[in-house]
Amino acid sequence: MHNKTVSELKKYLEEKKISSVELTQHFINRIKAIDSQLNSFISLTEEYAITQAKKIDLEISKGKIRPLAGIPLAQKDIFCTKGLKTTCGSKMLENFISPYNATVVEKLNDAGMVIIGKTNMDEFAMGSSNETSYFGDVKNPWNTEYVPGGSSGGSAASVAARLIPCSTGTDTGGSIRQPASLTGVCGIKPTYGRVSRYGMIAFASSLDQGGVFTRTAEDCAILLTHISGYDPKDSTSSRKDVPDYEKECKQKFTSMTIGIPIEFLDGLDDTVKEVFEESIKVLEKNGCKFKKISLKSSRLGVSAYQVVAPAECSSNLSRFDGVRFGHRADNTKNIDELYKKSRSEGFGQEVKRRILIGTYALSAGYYDAYYLKAQKIRKVISNEFAEAFKEVDLILGPTTPDCAFKIGEKSNDPIAMYLSDVFTVSTNLAGLPAMSLPMGFKNHLPLGLQIIGNHFDEAKILSLAHHYQQITDWHTKKPKLSGD
Amino acid sequence: MNKETIIKISDLAKIDIKDDQIDDILTSLEKILNLVDEMNSVNTDNVTPMSHPLNLKQELRKDIVGASDERELFQKNNKHIDNGYYIVPKIID
Amino acid sequence: MWESVIGLEIHVQLNTKSKIFSPASTNFGAPQNTQACAIDLGMPGVLPVLNEEAIIMAIKFGIAVGSEILDNSIFARKNYFYPDLPKGYQISQYEIPIVSGGAMEIIINGKSKIINLTRAHLEEDAGKSIHDLYPNKSAIDLNRAGTPLIEIVSEPEMGNAEEAVQYLKNIHSLVRYLGISDGNMQEGSFRCDANISLKKKGSAALGTRAEIKNINSFKYVESAINHEIERQAAILDKGDSVVQETRLYDPSKDETRSMRSKVEANDYRYFPDPDLLPVSISKDLIEEIKRNMPELPSAKKIRFISQYGLSEYDTIILVSDRELSEYFENILKGSDLNPKMTANWIITEVLALAKKTYLSVKDYPVSSEDLKYLLSNVTNETISSKQAKDVFERMWDNKENPRDIIENEGMKQISDIGKLNKIVDNIIKNNYKSVEEYQGGKDKLLGFFVGQVMKETQGQGNPKIINQLLKEKLKK
Repeated sequence: MHNKTVSELKKYLEEKKISSVELTQHFINRIKAIDSQLNSFISLTEEYAITQAKKIDLEISKGKIRPLAGIPLAQKDIFCTKGLKTTCGSKMLENFISPYNATVVEKLNDAGMVIIGKTNMDEFAMGSSNETSYFGDVKNPWNTEYVPGGSSGGSAASVAARLIPCSTGTDTGGSIRQPASLTGVCGIKPTYGRVSRYGMIAFASSLDQGGVFTRTAEDCAILLTHISGYDPKDSTSSRKDVPDYEKECKQKFTSMTIGIPIEFLDGLDDTVKEVFEESIKVLEKNGCKFKKISLKSSRLGVSAYQVVAPAECSSNLSRFDGVRFGHRADNTKNIDELYKKSRSEGFGQEVKRRILIGTYALSAGYYDAYYLKAQKIRKVISNEFAEAFKEVDLILGPTTPDCAFKIGEKSNDPIAMYLSDVFTVSTNLAGLPAMSLPMGFKNHLPLGLQIIGNHFDEAKILSLAHHYQQITDWHTKKPKLSGD
Repeated sequence: MNKETIIKISDLAKIDIKDDQIDDILTSLEKILNLVDEMNSVNTDNVTPMSHPLNLKQELRKDIVGASDERELFQKNNKHIDNGYYIVPKIID
Repeated sequence: MWESVIGLEIHVQLNTKSKIFSPASTNFGAPQNTQACAIDLGMPGVLPVLNEEAIIMAIKFGIAVGSEILDNSIFARKNYFYPDLPKGYQISQYEIPIVSGGAMEIIINGKSKIINLTRAHLEEDAGKSIHDLYPNKSAIDLNRAGTPLIEIVSEPEMGNAEEAVQYLKNIHSLVRYLGISDGNMQEGSFRCDANISLKKKGSAALGTRAEIKNINSFKYVESAINHEIERQAAILDKGDSVVQETRLYDPSKDETRSMRSKVEANDYRYFPDPDLLPVSISKDLIEEIKRNMPELPSAKKIRFISQYGLSEYDTIILVSDRELSEYFENILKGSDLNPKMTANWIITEVLALAKKTYLSVKDYPVSSEDLKYLLSNVTNETISSKQAKDVFERMWDNKENPRDIIENEGMKQISDIGKLNKIVDNIIKNNYKSVEEYQGGKDKLLGFFVGQVMKETQGQGNPKIINQLLKEKLKK
């Protein structure tokens, strides 16, 4: 069952070949047996899941079949789930039980999905390796000495290990695509504003976007349709119509012109380059035309990102002060102490570091040189993409400059960590949609192919991805895990 | 960026930095700022800053009361409540 | 030696039904924290959505003061920590406020002065911190958090407390006229901070200013400003410098004291709020709001003086409160009452009683219809002016119906010439000494005769007729 795609499971459930309770129990058991090796879950919502599954089975027996009825799902622990713990990977929210559902959660619940657990993540979504979680590192299922990527490490690893057929994630600088690449699964970050951010604990509000992890592009498309759409509770969400992405991506593939940014290949690791060029060859043989383009300011994306994201997060995280919810320090003599102790105890090192940088970048005298400058660089990068999309339908490149690294290898070198985001951050800055899908291996560790589209061109991206997956089989490879 | 700045910023951000952590933080922050300084390699004098990726305008909500009293739900797991008030150490203005 | 330079920042609570960024209610007086939804509490993951009415109200204000309404107005975060500020930042406006410029006229001793406005912007109110409920703790109530405010900033163009109070009163009257706020200073829906500095007479350079907060009545504004001017003058006379700081006004001691904490050291790190988008305001919207604007106090004043022939003094009083001016005009509507007489009646009788009981027009026990009826009966001489005053008191205090009183109690004025003639003759007969004195030139004695006749008629004699008859009969 756990090797079946969402699409296949849908049929099984509809045809009553398996019940939702059985399917749910299957995955719960699997998680209990295997996840101790990966630590991809922060909480397992077994009781809740079985209750939901029973409801779904009852509905199905009466002939009411919701679009994703009974499909098990893992929610990244950044999405508020009503009545369930939502920790954001932090001690600050260790015991926080959300009083309401995020819109993404509400939508997938309405579609009939069953939440089996909340996945592990870098604390407050700040990280690229899932090594900053208060609840411990997540391990890469392909080699448990290696990182799965971050911040949505748990969501990616659990799908890669077939502990769950699909999961949600969030992407601010690459936090869906990068772990998808390092764990060999599909991960899509939609256009900014495509998916509601209501109930998705904010890291950097102008960059955050919710998305999904699956093993196939087709599954990605199915889920994307359900999480997308205008939300009156999110002023930054778009009113653009939501197409049936599944239908769109399965349309007969005609030709596409695809741009390859020369900057992305500059100084690229030999193996990664080889694997990438192999993908190009396959696509070229199958209806795609390639064109070299230049995104000369994309290298500045990391610098701009390291200002905008911390600046916004330094403000977004001010609400965590121990007064109304979350961790509160004991025995504080005055309000200042209450704030400082609660926050210092509740936040980890990386979060503190980013809050400090962000506070600095916004402070008097530095605002113009840092924050304002970064927002200008953002415009430059956006303009370059806009120019490029006048000539090409999509842009292709490797998702990450290399495969997964060992746990602990980069945790003392934040700069090296930040630089590994170089291919992903510019799309967040420009608000563009992008997806990562498996394209090969280096040292038995997965590598990801990134497809970037113009605003609201998710259908084109998924179409290419689906097409690629008809002519390659990287997405079918499975990691070996003990007890599997 | 120096020790004094760090102390000032950490006070603004209400985060305690212990004396033995200041050096570490200073080093990493300096490194990050070096990375950030690369932005200056591009002239942006005639560029308008971009605060939102899409050119959307703010939607307006009708002036209707749409929330009810959920105080009990919000205060459920909070030990520092008294008679519906949030309680903090005494503040002297 | 010293010239005062005063600027005022007024925070006006807009009376929308729901909050500026959340759908929670803004009703005053609800039990603590029962009107604070997830958005007002700054819970994780929540987002603000802008209330249309707040924008419309701000535009109304901007139009009324002749300012520019800025398109693509931006909301910004003002970052600081305080327990009544749940998100750790206040959503306010920094660059591109919704209203820019504008002006308010004040009249001091009959002379007009224009006070320019710098800007007016929208922001959310904070909650309340209560420090005297518990010995060692403070209690936080977030019901008020998220209520819309418009912050009105004047240029530092007022030169003394009187000008400042006038300006304040005019803004107060205006926001009530526009119906955008109830302007209740006691309840905190109209708050004033004053920025005061002194400079050498004739000098262009401004001195260091102090900000005075927590002034919640017009009277206190005057005291606080005067006290602060004295304080600063004393410092400067000594040759010392004024410290730039925030001070709280303490009405019980009539003094200002330095605020212990924070504000000088604070760096608010303003930046555009990424959860909100620029507000697009079309010319059409502005035109539509303009078309539906109520008549403003300045226009109404000009109209009252020309249409009704009222004095400026009387007009200012009637016009100061929109509801009062409407009360006045409702009485005149469909009647042939004399406007001056009506105005006088309102100013002397109605306002006197209303002041005693601190009533606002909407709570007056006497409706404009009933007062119209009463005054019509004075005009057509059914009752005398004095009688009307007595009836009016009963209407006000006991809610009695004037029709009942006048009809049933036979209060009708005695205007029967025959009857009055007899009484007049009688009085003249019985007071021949005074008659002689009057005929000898003591004109003032007419009042005595009138009084005597009135006594005979139990105050119901028609004074006009009595006067006429007496004058005739007392002629030599």
